[in-house]
Amino acid sequence: MTHSLCLKNALYLGKPMDVHVRAGRIEKFVSAGSAEISSDVPVHDAAGAILFPSFIDAHVHLREPGYEYKEDIRSGLEAAAYGGFGAVMPMANTKPVNDNAAVTRLMLDKAARHWPNGPRIFPVGAATVGLEGAELAPMAELAAAGCVAISNDGKGVSSAEMFRRCMEYAANYGLIVIDHCEDATLAKGAHMNEGKTSTALGIKGQSVVAEAAQVARDILLAEYLGIPVHIAHVSCAQSVELLAWAKSRGVPVTAETCPHYLLLDDTALMGYEPNAKVNPPLRTPKDVAAVRAAVKSGVIDMLVTDHAPHAAHEKEVPLDEAPNGISGLDTAVTLTYALIREGALDEADGIRLWCEAPARTFKLPRNGFEAGDPADFFLFDPQIVWTPGPQTMHSKSANTPFLGRELRGRVCAHWIGGVRVA
Amino acid sequence: MENRYTWRHKDLLDVVQLSLDDVEHLLNTAQQFYEINARPVKKVPTLKGRSVVLLFIEASTRTKTSFDMAGKRLSADTFALAKSGSSMQKGETLKDTALTLQAMNPDVIVIRHSSSGAAQFLAQRLNCAVVNAGDGWHAHPTQALLDAFTLRQRWENRFAGKKALILGDIAHSRVARSNVHLLAKLGVRVRLCAPRTLLPRGVEDWPAEVYTDIDAAVRDMDAVMCLRLQLERQQAGLLPSLAEYSARYCLTRRHMESAAPGALILHPGPMNRGLEIASDIADSPESVVLDQVSSGVAVRMAVLFLHATRNEA
Repeated sequence: MTHSLCLKNALYLGKPMDVHVRAGRIEKFVSAGSAEISSDVPVHDAAGAILFPSFIDAHVHLREPGYEYKEDIRSGLEAAAYGGFGAVMPMANTKPVNDNAAVTRLMLDKAARHWPNGPRIFPVGAATVGLEGAELAPMAELAAAGCVAISNDGKGVSSAEMFRRCMEYAANYGLIVIDHCEDATLAKGAHMNEGKTSTALGIKGQSVVAEAAQVARDILLAEYLGIPVHIAHVSCAQSVELLAWAKSRGVPVTAETCPHYLLLDDTALMGYEPNAKVNPPLRTPKDVAAVRAAVKSGVIDMLVTDHAPHAAHEKEVPLDEAPNGISGLDTAVTLTYALIREGALDEADGIRLWCEAPARTFKLPRNGFEAGDPADFFLFDPQIVWTPGPQTMHSKSANTPFLGRELRGRVCAHWIGGVRVA
Repeated sequence: MENRYTWRHKDLLDVVQLSLDDVEHLLNTAQQFYEINARPVKKVPTLKGRSVVLLFIEASTRTKTSFDMAGKRLSADTFALAKSGSSMQKGETLKDTALTLQAMNPDVIVIRHSSSGAAQFLAQRLNCAVVNAGDGWHAHPTQALLDAFTLRQRWENRFAGKKALILGDIAHSRVARSNVHLLAKLGVRVRLCAPRTLLPRGVEDWPAEVYTDIDAAVRDMDAVMCLRLQLERQQAGLLPSLAEYSARYCLTRRHMESAAPGALILHPGPMNRGLEIASDIADSPESVVLDQVSSGVAVRMAVLFLHATRNEA
């Protein structure tokens, strides 16, 4: 029977389990060996590999249309499939910008053509026309075409008035605005975090205030308007403190961060390492500690990759000429598991941060291993040793600060809707 | 001791990479060339048949001329490239320009570039020696070395216990960065003075005391190094006006009266007279500005010599 299988002997939160899948949905999720396996379905023996529900990545850049030399929807979804992601939310900073239904439909059509069984894509529409920050994008049209959220990602909306109108208008259609928080005047011309390292390198830095000031603005607007807002890629302690304050007041704010903000600080740029150049920039060890604590406590709701592929030749230039961004889909689960190994997170946190929170925030389907849930899950083998690079990664671009570093653990099988995709 | 020393560095990217022995050897080597420069015939055949490329992507006349003269006095063939008139203007990347030059097999590439880290970028990709002639705000090692050479001559080779002030736009200055590190390494107590908008974040971690008041900063100094103020700093909103800057931070005779007797005045040039340095003290007997230029040729001869002959023990 198609879209049906039994996955046996998978470790879920430390317990050996069997997953019975029928017609693409979870039928039974039971202790290993406790239910008879019907003879008409294929059986896959997980042999003790770790089981997770497919992750959801609420922040990726798939670069199509317009920048297919960096990534396209086919290759980006391949990286997602092999990286353990059952759904991704591509941002709107394509060329042309995803500020109209034609671009949204193109994205959905390409995804359906190349990966008909998933990973699924849920596009994010532009907040303003051309991401210019001047005119509202046609959000009703974008929602009808399939956009699940609205964002200005890549460019802060510098006018507070314009941002307020984006929030209000998006709320009309039940869409949350995801804000890339960056005060354009404070961050102007910067290539990394401002601090000891930028001063030693002689590179212009941006202060944490560039991010936090806009986080504060968004929180105040969300409280005043009673409209939810989602803060993209939180990188610093000041933003975390503002979020904690907002949540204590019951402000409808959610937030995300990325594995690199939990694992690296700005010293990763020593030697002018362009693969560690990302926006917002890697901060200081104090910020890493604060962001880690916030992820554990729930002040930051979810993890995302901010998958931002760039071609090798674009990064092989002096640091101040290199574009911002880290290719993240291939490495995210491995890096999350590194945090689990360290004890900074546990497996249940991984599921909360990568699956439950994004599904709840953006109203997406997810697998909670209840009967009837979509049979989206992957196996993770913590023993696989691998080294990220162009040969081992599925993304077209290998711009990661973990390039050439030996990592432990990797996704070894992935099913979406009961179909093996990786 | 002198005979057993070998120069181990493929490239000169920053003074931070140099040990005290390296600095001493380099300055001693420069001393020999300095004496040659005083002769009527200034050319020696030391680097005959060697080639030195001067890759000056950022405009510079003084440093480029200094390196060019240094190479020619050692009988090296020097080739100058600027951004305009080269393929870089046609969009060629630094990597490709560098690889193209390397294919012509020069012995040394001297690079000046507006991007911090550009010299290191080349050094990582090329087999030939790379000498940093100034990269962004990051480093200007030959400037710091020539300043040290100039001070060493006046101070009779005694740096320990001396006090030097670096005055001006510290934040955007590769000259300040390299001088702070080299002078501190040599045992000089370094002070910095600038308005807060021209001090970099994290400066308190440098091996230097930081001042914003010139009167306090200049007291008892054995040397004061003025930095050139780029006029665009005012346009960038870092200063209210050049007049206000010069009223507060221009080094004048009155300031030098509270410095140590005979205190030296340095400036890497080109000077903005009346803006960061008063014209009369720039021309005073305590000013070593022109000595710095002469030292520069000798120090760059030493740098080219050591790097071009590094593999010949």
